[in-house]
Amino acid sequence: MQPTFSSSRILQPVRPWFIVFSLIGAALLNFLPTAHWPGVPDWVALVLCFWCIREFRRVGMGWAFVLGLLMDVADGAVLGQHCFAYVLLAYAASSLSRRILWFPLVQQALQVLPLLVATQVFQALMRLAVGADFPGWGYFIGPVVATLLWIPLTFILLLPQYRPVEQDPNRPI
Amino acid sequence: MAGIDHAPPPFFKQGPAPLALLTFYLAVSLAIFVVDLRFQSLELLRQSIALVVDPVQRVAQTPGSLVDYAASYFQGMRALQQENIELKHTQLTTAPNLQRLAQLEMENERLRKLLSVKEREKASGQVAQILYTARDPFSRKIIVDKGQQAGIVAGQPAIDETGVVGQVTRVFQFSAEITLITDKDQVVPVQIVRSGQRSVVFGLGNGQLELRYMPANADIQIDDVLVTSGLDGIYLPGFPVARVVNIERDNAYSFARIFCVPIAGVENFGEVMVLDARQPLPPAPPASAGRPGSSEQPALRGRNKKSASREN
Repeated sequence: MQPTFSSSRILQPVRPWFIVFSLIGAALLNFLPTAHWPGVPDWVALVLCFWCIREFRRVGMGWAFVLGLLMDVADGAVLGQHCFAYVLLAYAASSLSRRILWFPLVQQALQVLPLLVATQVFQALMRLAVGADFPGWGYFIGPVVATLLWIPLTFILLLPQYRPVEQDPNRPI
Repeated sequence: MAGIDHAPPPFFKQGPAPLALLTFYLAVSLAIFVVDLRFQSLELLRQSIALVVDPVQRVAQTPGSLVDYAASYFQGMRALQQENIELKHTQLTTAPNLQRLAQLEMENERLRKLLSVKEREKASGQVAQILYTARDPFSRKIIVDKGQQAGIVAGQPAIDETGVVGQVTRVFQFSAEITLITDKDQVVPVQIVRSGQRSVVFGLGNGQLELRYMPANADIQIDDVLVTSGLDGIYLPGFPVARVVNIERDNAYSFARIFCVPIAGVENFGEVMVLDARQPLPPAPPASAGRPGSSEQPALRGRNKKSASREN
């Protein structure tokens, strides 16, 4: 597989443990005390969205559901709130993945933005519908920051899959 | 893309259609959401997941607490000395009251006995460290480091050194969740110290509280202090809750809008005291009879009192 479909560079296949590792890392980032600062993205949603787009055969709605449950408990939110939003995110990301991967990274980020915003909006709608307090507009800055992080994130998460440009003549592929 | 990289893609074995899966997961999510919100019957699921998540969350909090620790370690000698002087000063100013407290309590007890009024309950509890603020931006909750292991049960009130902070709403194995009094629609029955009038104060969700259902001509002034009235059977009477900061009287409405700020450092980090659950009020409804440790005591109390009066 290539970094984008229009690229001629071939990547190594992804290692499943790296997917798990990155998702755990994202959850750890979410648990940091920085989560209350305005504009801190939902790392789990971002990394989940990334893997749903890159590896839609491996990472899908089942993962989204389990991660959602974990985040619900970790947040002290109502159970099912993150599940619902993450499952929708996973579905949208994996069904758009064949399209999104044709674009260069900047345009990929622009297409990811509405997905991440929708994740927050659905959670807000669910909670507001049952009488919670409006969390303020800072809650919706997170997805924008996450979109800006799409390019560095893609680079970091694909790093283990890059192979050297200069092939070693003594080593077959 | 396992299929493209290694093996031929599994054309005929692709599992359920994505749309079917989506419908299934969304339905399950919504069902969990409603059940958790309306019936609170998923606490077991939540507690078992929390058993896994909680240690990880504590690990994630360590960098922050290490920074705090380092900051306090390198805090100048001067600042510490200053704080020490201030603390000694406060101790001295409160000393006259505290020294007479024991005597006053005894006197109060004696007078109450003379008037044959039920004696005041004593406040006791355990100190708990605040671990972190719950991440949920829609509510105001904190997590403390004492849980079922320390005998905490849901419903216990929590105070800090100045006033009421909140109430324990969920208990996990090694931690408990305290809903702050500023959480939206968190209710505390209060009494105005100056006039003795009783009412209830509601959290607004923005750091303030509102005293509702007070008539527009009610005797209330800015800077009035509200203390717990103790009528609810949860909070002991007399703990400071809030101070009135703004009163809007509009004759078009029958109630005044009265805004208060909490007296306790509700949104600060530090330590809280989780008070033991109160002894249940006399006409306990059958639903609350199942609370641990609550069914035995009233009978014992009543018997003691009877025997005491017989001796007298």
